[in-house]
Amino acid sequence: MDSAQALHRLHFAFTITYHYLFPQLTMGLALVIFLWKTMALRTGEDRYNRAARFWTRIFAINFAMGVATGIPMQFQFGTNWARFAETAGGVIGQTLAMEGVYSFFLESTFLGLLLFGERRLGPRGHWFAALCVFAGSWLSGFFIVATNAWMQHPVGYTIDAAGRLQLASVWALLLNPWALWQYAHTMLGSVVTAGVVIGSVGAAYVLLGRHADAGRTFVRMGVPAGLIGSVLLAFPTGDTQGKMVAHNQPVTLAAMEGLFETVEGAPLAILGQPDMDRLELDNPLEVPRMLSFLTYQRWGAEVKGLKDFSREDWPQNIPLLYYSYHIMVGLGTIFIAILGVAALQLWRRRLFESRWTLWPLALLLPFPYIANTAGWMTAELGRQPWLIYGLMRTQEGFSANVSAGNAMFTLIGFMGMYTILSILFLLLVFRELEHGPQPDDAASTHAG
Amino acid sequence: METLWFALVAGMLAMYVVFDGFDLGAGIVHLYAGRSDRERRLVLQTIGPVWDGNEVWLLAAGGTLFFAFPVLYASSLSGFYLPLMMVLWLFMLRGLAIEFRHHFDNAVWRPFWDVVFAGSSALLAFFLGAALGNVVRGVPLDEEARFFLPLWTDFRTGAAPGILDWYTGLVGAGAFLALAEHGGWWVALKAGGEVQRRARAAARAAWWGVAAFTLVVTAVTFGLQPRVLARLSAHPWGLVFPAIALAGLAVTGWSGRLGEDRRAFLGSCAYLIGMLASVAFGLYPFVLPSSVDPSRGLDIYAAAAGPYGLRVGLAWFVPGMVLVTAYFVFTYRRLAGKTTMQEDGY
Repeated sequence: MDSAQALHRLHFAFTITYHYLFPQLTMGLALVIFLWKTMALRTGEDRYNRAARFWTRIFAINFAMGVATGIPMQFQFGTNWARFAETAGGVIGQTLAMEGVYSFFLESTFLGLLLFGERRLGPRGHWFAALCVFAGSWLSGFFIVATNAWMQHPVGYTIDAAGRLQLASVWALLLNPWALWQYAHTMLGSVVTAGVVIGSVGAAYVLLGRHADAGRTFVRMGVPAGLIGSVLLAFPTGDTQGKMVAHNQPVTLAAMEGLFETVEGAPLAILGQPDMDRLELDNPLEVPRMLSFLTYQRWGAEVKGLKDFSREDWPQNIPLLYYSYHIMVGLGTIFIAILGVAALQLWRRRLFESRWTLWPLALLLPFPYIANTAGWMTAELGRQPWLIYGLMRTQEGFSANVSAGNAMFTLIGFMGMYTILSILFLLLVFRELEHGPQPDDAASTHAG
Repeated sequence: METLWFALVAGMLAMYVVFDGFDLGAGIVHLYAGRSDRERRLVLQTIGPVWDGNEVWLLAAGGTLFFAFPVLYASSLSGFYLPLMMVLWLFMLRGLAIEFRHHFDNAVWRPFWDVVFAGSSALLAFFLGAALGNVVRGVPLDEEARFFLPLWTDFRTGAAPGILDWYTGLVGAGAFLALAEHGGWWVALKAGGEVQRRARAAARAAWWGVAAFTLVVTAVTFGLQPRVLARLSAHPWGLVFPAIALAGLAVTGWSGRLGEDRRAFLGSCAYLIGMLASVAFGLYPFVLPSSVDPSRGLDIYAAAAGPYGLRVGLAWFVPGMVLVTAYFVFTYRRLAGKTTMQEDGY
């Protein structure tokens, strides 16, 4: 791999991976805050408003981080991927411009009102501000996922005389089936992050015996939200995406599953390490015939292995792709188990006495972040060696006029900048968690 | 259709400069206008509820540029790679300074972020001006409309310039003064007491600099980029744009002396819009002139997306802008009048 290409890829991968740590919480949290505001309006119980207020402060810190790290993303298409931007801008520029016009203005207008406007707006007005922030952030997610989905599965375009891709149907772009399923899957992932973070913090408060009332309110929201999200992530959204990959990107499926040989009745690898020298899976732990069934609903169906695809079409980093995919699926399964037990205990009204259930719940906090990151890595590594699947290879897309040295300079700059950001972020969030939701927390004191 | 999108993107950039310009300018005068922590909080509170929305104009303009003129987007962003990345870092630092300053109340944390806020605002104003200077001067485009500019070469304009040369530096300094004045009037308009008095003094002082720079930069630009003067003499109706700028400058100078902050601020808005519109008019139909061959360059027809995309873009862009206008009217009406010091927030 040419070193300029490698650096431009790493540049984008690093900045996008870091960026996505924040929106994955804020999008889910925006929904949860909206639900709490709705419950407060319906029941008149103030504990929902207190919970919303506390999490809005955490939301604000995360949102500021998301905005700060999100600005470079939009520009990187032009700075580091100029040949791609020129070729595909006629299509994906549409969704990115829509995001700016429809989401960013909406969010920036109403976030301030959500943060500082509770007293002046009254309950209904404040509820409306929560709705607008929720709508803005979920719209933003849609435009980004639609952009990515088009790169995975290009639709609604023509190729002009200069070899550039031009939009042929805006509806095809927005209603790309790949986009709709990927959007559902991504947003559910965000709901799981928010649900688990809220549930974990709540469980920790209960275990600590501090802010225990508020902690119970958090757990009652976080556990069901996380469980519903986790189940829907597996089925139907994950399952359908798997089938779309099998149909449109069969070589990606083989690489994700670590399947080297074409076989009828292909097994599903649960564990094992892809050995790229001998082209086999080391130490495999497999469920016989399961992959064939999951993919084609027939136990004996043939699944094509990597060896039957041209090597130049293989994703470049098969082990990383394989591990990303397995980590995502493995963690997703663990979420269903832990949250399922917690939900059962909650339903039996025993959860808050059961330390055996609260502890795993409290420790679950970082894992949705890992699962969501692994999921995005699966999507992005799985698309390789293509930048736009079947149309443009990654090596044809980066800015050839920006040298490796310049790309490394700014990559190091971003790494330094994000190190500082991480320290500040953790400092501020831990301070909020330490402070906790106060029972006398007046409408908009202690701004976040 | 290409011309319409050229005007729309230029209009969005002008909106960006007018709106984010005043909060950048507030940052430039921040340390001078606000001496105590309380006064500095007041400066921040005049822009607190709006700065983020103002900055969105740049993101939205960037997105619109990407979709309407993908070739220009690809060429300019990769060609101006280094300064653009530095601008992004400055934007990040500045946003954090505004949002994180109020989280701790101590004598190290707050003054630190005050300096970050003022410094990043000042550098951004300078860099945005220098960027404009680079576009006017032109860049060494190759056959594929690509280029890569180093930060500086010999500080001279010519076939192989750097981002910073005497001309772009001059435009950058002019932008710094213009936004300092713009932000000064904003703070004077929104704040009271000593903060208002100092912001006014800063804006009045900056006005003289702006007036002088306007003369110098205009004269130099006519020499450096003959296209601008040629366009103006071929289409004299375009003189309306420089006339707006001059009228704005005159109104600001006159009203500023009388202490009519509101009119002075509006005059400054007119000045910025007039100047940017003059540049856009003077370069049209080029969006990136060539510094190698003055007759060539990237024009809107070569840079634009396909006709269907541009047409369908209007269908969602226009309703979107109606909504955006509604948000801005709502926000600024809600915040009309003097900013009252809030104990919570910023």
